[in-house]
Amino acid sequence: MTLLETTLRVNGTSRRLEIDPRATLLDALRERLGLMGTKKGCDRGECGACTVHVNGRRVLSCMTLAAMHEGDEITTIEGLAREGTLHPVQQAFIEHDALQCGYCTSGQIMSAVACVREGHAGDEDEIREWMSGNLCRCGAYPNIVAAVAAAAQVMEQHAPI
Amino acid sequence: MHPFEYARAGDAAGAVAALAGDPEAAFIAGGTELVNWLKDGIERPGRVVDINRLPLGQIEATSAGLRIGTLARMSDVAAHRAVRSGFPALAEALERSASAQLRNMASMGGNLLQRTRCPYFRAETDLPCNKRRPGSGCAAREGLNRTHAIFGWSDACVATHPSDAAVALRALEASVRVLGRGGERSIPLADFYRLPGDAPERDTVLEHGELIVGIDVPATPRARRSWYVKVRERASYEFALVSAAVALDLDGGRIREVRIALGGVAPMPWPLTEAERALAGLPLERAALARAVDGAFSEARPLARNAFKIALAKRTVVRALEIAGGMA
Amino acid sequence: MISVLAPPSRAIGVPHERLDGKEKVSGRACYAADTPAERLAYGVFALANIPRGRIAQLDVGRAEHAAGVLRIFTHENMPRLNPVSSPPAGQSLLPLQSDRIAYEGQPIALAVAATLEQAAHAASLVRAEYEREPFNVDFRTQLERAVEGQSFFESDTRVGDVERELAQAPIRIAQRYRTADRHHCAMEPSATVARWENGSLTLDDATQYVWGVRMAVAQALDIAPERVRVRSSYAGGGFGSKGYVWPHQVLTAAAARELERPLKVVLTRAQAFTAHGYQTASEQALDIGAERDGTLRAVRATSINPTSRFDDYVEYCALSARSLYAAPAIETRHRVVHVDRSTPTPMRAPHDGVAMVGLEIAMDELAYEAGIDSLELRLRNYAQRDPTTGKPFSSKELRACYRLAAERFGWSGRNPRPGAMREGRVRIGWGMATALMGTFRMPASARVTVESDGRVLIEAGTQEIGTGVRTIMPQIAADVLGVPIEQVRIALGDTTLPETGGTFGSSTTMSVGSAVLDAATRLRDELRELGAHEDEDLGAVLSRSGRTSLSADGAWSPGEEGDFSMHTFGAVFAEVRVDEDLPIPRVSRVVGAYSAGRIINPTTARSQIQGGMVWGIGQALLEESSMDPTLGRYLSKNLAGYLVPANADVPELEVIFAEEVDAHASPLGAKGIGELGAVGVAPAIANAVFHATGVRVRELPIRLEMLLA
Repeated sequence: MTLLETTLRVNGTSRRLEIDPRATLLDALRERLGLMGTKKGCDRGECGACTVHVNGRRVLSCMTLAAMHEGDEITTIEGLAREGTLHPVQQAFIEHDALQCGYCTSGQIMSAVACVREGHAGDEDEIREWMSGNLCRCGAYPNIVAAVAAAAQVMEQHAPI
Repeated sequence: MHPFEYARAGDAAGAVAALAGDPEAAFIAGGTELVNWLKDGIERPGRVVDINRLPLGQIEATSAGLRIGTLARMSDVAAHRAVRSGFPALAEALERSASAQLRNMASMGGNLLQRTRCPYFRAETDLPCNKRRPGSGCAAREGLNRTHAIFGWSDACVATHPSDAAVALRALEASVRVLGRGGERSIPLADFYRLPGDAPERDTVLEHGELIVGIDVPATPRARRSWYVKVRERASYEFALVSAAVALDLDGGRIREVRIALGGVAPMPWPLTEAERALAGLPLERAALARAVDGAFSEARPLARNAFKIALAKRTVVRALEIAGGMA
Repeated sequence: MISVLAPPSRAIGVPHERLDGKEKVSGRACYAADTPAERLAYGVFALANIPRGRIAQLDVGRAEHAAGVLRIFTHENMPRLNPVSSPPAGQSLLPLQSDRIAYEGQPIALAVAATLEQAAHAASLVRAEYEREPFNVDFRTQLERAVEGQSFFESDTRVGDVERELAQAPIRIAQRYRTADRHHCAMEPSATVARWENGSLTLDDATQYVWGVRMAVAQALDIAPERVRVRSSYAGGGFGSKGYVWPHQVLTAAAARELERPLKVVLTRAQAFTAHGYQTASEQALDIGAERDGTLRAVRATSINPTSRFDDYVEYCALSARSLYAAPAIETRHRVVHVDRSTPTPMRAPHDGVAMVGLEIAMDELAYEAGIDSLELRLRNYAQRDPTTGKPFSSKELRACYRLAAERFGWSGRNPRPGAMREGRVRIGWGMATALMGTFRMPASARVTVESDGRVLIEAGTQEIGTGVRTIMPQIAADVLGVPIEQVRIALGDTTLPETGGTFGSSTTMSVGSAVLDAATRLRDELRELGAHEDEDLGAVLSRSGRTSLSADGAWSPGEEGDFSMHTFGAVFAEVRVDEDLPIPRVSRVVGAYSAGRIINPTTARSQIQGGMVWGIGQALLEESSMDPTLGRYLSKNLAGYLVPANADVPELEVIFAEEVDAHASPLGAKGIGELGAVGVAPAIANAVFHATGVRVRELPIRLEMLLA
């Protein structure tokens, strides 16, 4: 088996890597690039903790191989805040206490940003359904729904971030 | 994961050729199935051929129907205006599948090639399962088979097929376009899946190296009045316990023609042909619908723990008919 | 002993957002598996796939020769380790020490390699041949073998003449109730990073109890506890799974010592189903005798649960009956059945959370049998004193809870007839249940320091697993010292800090909070001695007295609680909707009111109770770990087969706290809330399902086939 030369573009920065073809995008982000904000909850597409954006869409980084993402624009939780200013979704998660242990939070937030941009944050039931791909064992769901709804309002008022 | 080489296919013919010459090679598209199989050792390819850059992601709606490229992602198909208006059962089935993230990743072709969620098949270390390891037995046959088949199973395998979209596509009379070394062929979805019989390791009629390039859904008079009902215990992000897709052609308040497929009850999307016949000409009335559907289950063979699926499936079909017919 | 703080407080009792919120939302909070290390090696366990027997032959040849492999540890080459007592160990059996296999999922090898991919592959190449032995993993098939188990509470209690009262009672409810095996499924799988330097070990661990890990690892590896430093700055939920110490932590430390390089082991989701205990299923028998007006004459509660062959774990599922309702005669009894599985462990909410399922469904049955409103029945049997011990409750505002929650829910408008409410084809049901949870307190110590810039540092070794301790402790210190909470921070999750108990048993606010209160109070007194006056900048006080910092140590221990029966309480009302054709219950509303002492932070408290309610929804409708009894193997060791509630399963959850200060429980007046929210919700849902459908379900989770009439 040979290692692959790959360039991953993450949070606006290109990183040239030699990677094991078996490496998932999640493991490459964490163990090779040291971006520990993206979490591994199940490693099999069943919890959403590893949600990142690839070319602006929310995906599960545990279910895809890093090698498949040469040239893709990858955004992780570390790339969401701009110049130290939290993204409105991050801010709303704090204000609505939409997190407890924090382990699913990166995935929830990445998913929520996409959920709002997709136009799936119209009302609480819609948010519940479209945020159901992110499990939270602490059970912060009611506050997550409130945070997404509030962030959607803010995001609507401002230019897309 | 077993070590493998990674290769990126430049064109469809090249992808097919790459697999044809290598019995150990496998395609990867969305990855949402293959990556798990690799992790659990269900598949151990020596080479993984990435087909994501092939130009097979289109969704075209014409007067003849839908042409969906194999790489179209579930979320894009579900959101497509022509799909939502003209083939609502498909949009509904897709949108009830998995999660938003997985639907952004999973390809339509890959969706049809999902393998069973039978927990014996999906174990992280081997359990007796003929589908996973031929000859090892079917532990579910006498085991915990609440979620298993009531139709079409054999003593070698009692698993069900998990795809929601395939159930809708079956009721919509779709066919699958497949590229092999000998060229392209079209396979009606009705002929695409295999019953387990003595060889449950083979889910479909595809040969090694054949690539699904697209899915065609005809614009029948029934497609527009189609619907999909999914029954599951968790309100979202769960596979179907039972599901039903129906496509209705109405003549006033009566059913002219109907197609029905069930999910979660068989190794493949299960056509309810007898009910289709019995329903033709009937008025859209709950009691009449229920009677006609009732008779179609005489061949159901429940396992020790899933007899409830018969009653549940009947009710699911009736509900789908009611919704498609505008009654509920 | 210091007294409850005099109001008005500026921080305690005031809603405050989490001080660690920014770290958590920006991905900067560092969990065990995120710990950076040079030359880090990766370990992955290979597990036994039989429930009982011995390893006849272990073939590690292919694994050893796979790319990147550094070592394959097995029982043949792992150094012998000392046995570890329980607690802190979760189970007495330590794998990789002999060829015995006592449960499926028991580690048979630890593959270590330079990368995670290589280690995982190597683990998959380990091949074992077993001599299999007969086994039984199913306790329900051998209830006659139930025996008394040794654990922390009394197995049996008895007051009054239960036989006579039952025989004379005009109404009897005698039923069996069943709950399922469940798993914690914390979103963070357990992870450990072990580093040795000069004979000393640093473990960055996903744990609810850093000192427990230190004790266990030091004992197993035969080194002084002072040579082991355990840290846990953030844990991704625990719910009991990280409370005790389990084999992976000990084995990772031992393997890293052998390898002489840092080692990271992260359990896979599947491994998490066998690596650290589970909540046992229960078989509960309730026999209740009552007068025609519902007044209880006797309650007999019996519970049986499975445990491992090698340890007794008792899930006290008759515990609640001892204290909840006034009855002249109460008998409780607990037994265990030894099966070929790993040792169970507490899970949110242990004992009472399971016990209340049987008791509260039985009470609903009694209400219907007697023709009395379910809430009224509870009020008629309200206990003023603990009915088993006769002791007064340290505090109990349950009556207020019933009233507050019932009013908010609109319970008085309920027509009790099953099936009375519907919307189209959806039947609607309202059910209620009481919640009761035992109070656990532990000794704790803390240090509070004022620094030259006036900032305040709290040091306490306790863990942050999502409860909000990084916010609550600063609130307490801020109030005592009269500084804004933003000026206070806490260092925690480290055995080099002042010792506290584990983050379990809903004990942290009472225990650690009281130690922080003590330390802060002592510090305030010292500052006053330095001439500090009201609202003076603390940095100025220090510089005036020529100091760069000033610290005070504080401690608290629960002492004698013998005079009181100590619990938290709640009243839970739930609404379910059940489609009459496709009868899957969906919870549409839950209202709970709680008697849980003084609430330090209403924001995090509300969140924690809501989280508990979500657990109740899972317990009622979804959660069940299934095991194939013929193979002795778990099925679906994943989050697609073991269903925890998703966002769409959870409706609006209303939380009300009754005004209460329990000065007996802690000087803060606070009690515990981490588990309380998970109690009473499941039986309230089951009772609501009865109200909706007329089907009395006595087994959880509720499956649609039970309702498919």
